[in-house]
Amino acid sequence: MGMVKDPERVEAIADNIADAREVKGRSLWQDAMGRFVHNKAAVGSVFILAGILLFAIVGPYFAVWSNEEIDWARMGNVADVGQPSFENGHFFGLDSIGRDLYSRTIQGTLTSLMVGVVGAMVAVVIGTLYGAISGFVGGWVDNLMMRTVDILIAIPYMFVIILLMVIFERSLIMLFVGIGMFSWLDMSRIVRGQTLALKHKEFIEAARAAGVGWFVIVVRHIMPNLLGVVVVYATLLVPGMIMAESFISFLGLGVQEPNTSLGALISDGAGTILYDQVWQLAIPLTFFLTIVISLFFIGDGLRDALDPKDR
Amino acid sequence: MLNYVIRRLLVAVPTLLILIIICFYLMQTAPGGPFTSERPLPPQVLANIEAKYGLDQPHYKQLYNYVVGIVTQFDFGPSYQYKDRSVNDIIAQGFPVTLTYGFISFVVATIVGVSLGVVAAIRHNTALDYIAVGATFSAQALPNFVMAPILIYVFTLKLGLLPGGGWNGGQWQYLIMPVIALSTSFFASVARITRSSMLEVLNSNFIRTARAKGLPETTIIWRHALKPTLMPVVSYLGPAFVGMITGSVVIDIYFSTGGIGRFYVNSALNRDYAVMLGLTILYGGLTVLFNLLTDLLYAWLDPKIRY
Repeated sequence: MGMVKDPERVEAIADNIADAREVKGRSLWQDAMGRFVHNKAAVGSVFILAGILLFAIVGPYFAVWSNEEIDWARMGNVADVGQPSFENGHFFGLDSIGRDLYSRTIQGTLTSLMVGVVGAMVAVVIGTLYGAISGFVGGWVDNLMMRTVDILIAIPYMFVIILLMVIFERSLIMLFVGIGMFSWLDMSRIVRGQTLALKHKEFIEAARAAGVGWFVIVVRHIMPNLLGVVVVYATLLVPGMIMAESFISFLGLGVQEPNTSLGALISDGAGTILYDQVWQLAIPLTFFLTIVISLFFIGDGLRDALDPKDR
Repeated sequence: MLNYVIRRLLVAVPTLLILIIICFYLMQTAPGGPFTSERPLPPQVLANIEAKYGLDQPHYKQLYNYVVGIVTQFDFGPSYQYKDRSVNDIIAQGFPVTLTYGFISFVVATIVGVSLGVVAAIRHNTALDYIAVGATFSAQALPNFVMAPILIYVFTLKLGLLPGGGWNGGQWQYLIMPVIALSTSFFASVARITRSSMLEVLNSNFIRTARAKGLPETTIIWRHALKPTLMPVVSYLGPAFVGMITGSVVIDIYFSTGGIGRFYVNSALNRDYAVMLGLTILYGGLTVLFNLLTDLLYAWLDPKIRY
């Protein structure tokens, strides 16, 4: 202490060091954020997707017609007077039996987004837990759990979902059950691989040495470290779920009237295209493509941001 | 290698069995039997019909008979809706059609996808690369049920170039649109996988050595880079095949090609459980078989995998 002549200067240096350390010490997430922000396509997609979501939430307040009302005056002649128009309040025109396509598109968009998000969430929860336990416990448990996944993953799930929808009442719940049954399989494999890599890291050994139980280690120490991979994969899973639901609805086996989804609307529109009612296909299709492509770009951007090795 | 084949078979057989059991019991829980109609049949008649189809036996026995019938005689049972036709008849009628355009789509998707991916990787970060990436990104979002109506609208209704549906013995005009619709999203996936795989290979040490030796670029690509590049593509062929099989349902409905898909969806809508069960198991069997084949192909190609 005696060697220091100017205590104020020492303090200033100490402050600088403290500040400098704060500036240098960026977390993985801050780094990832920085990389993500530089990806123009991904950031643009985030805004577009947010726009669509906002539209789907605010849109109904501007609707003149509800999604179930039939415009009796125009339903007989949809091809001529059913086009999108601002004068009669059908901003997106009429559907094939005279309902307002604007309200139906909003409803379908919400349904599709919900199916995508819920499906992905189910996959995240089950897949992460399953994969982490399998990888961490190891041994015959791991073997059994992964062979089960091998078997389930080889089943053409779409046909089982269709079967479920036919046998039980067609409903959103059944659709979630069906999609949820199979969507977690890939996730569990990916997570297991990551867990195997993490398992022998020092901080896990430390937790073990401190006497922490295996389940707590999985949930508190392994799973947070898997977050990056899980987030990336979940984002890429959402468009997959949306497409799966649309496929089933396209076949007429998905959501039931009066509920609708983008797939069901595309199916309707595809049927009436022969009568030149193009807007009935074009509008839901535009929403579908915009959502799916945006999600692709966001997922890709997140992968580049969170997992820089895998470019 | 033999060990590996046996191990994979040990997974494939239970997979099929589980699929059959799940589907079979789902069918049993379904409300109403195949012969419940609005005008109820006299009990004796119903009992006779059920005895004829073996429906009076306990479930496990029906399941056993069903599996034995498939394994020994390739017999998927009768259709309950159409008395004159069995599931086998439907398969015999529709399967060749589905197989024809499915196979062509598969080949087209693979060849176009691989070529596009390789070109994009070789011309990395040029305009060509960006166009290829953009095209594949959009194409991936165009599943068959989106492509089909667009194609019909453009080529049949507006340009009048191609017939809007039918099969006509598989004439080429009737094949074009089904093949494009079915292969679009898959060629896109194949191209993306090929591109990223090729980029990785081109950055690896053995390619640098080949370049250092002064080999011409074409030799490097064809002789050295292509084979390791294709490994991830091969492992994608399994899922791609499953997607094509599922997609064929849309194609059959949309283009009236007369494949199995139409019967499948009709049976689903009419609750013709026997046909649905039979076709689901057929689709499942094909999937399992094809996954097995691609896994074996992969193991044979990749010297690193030696089980």
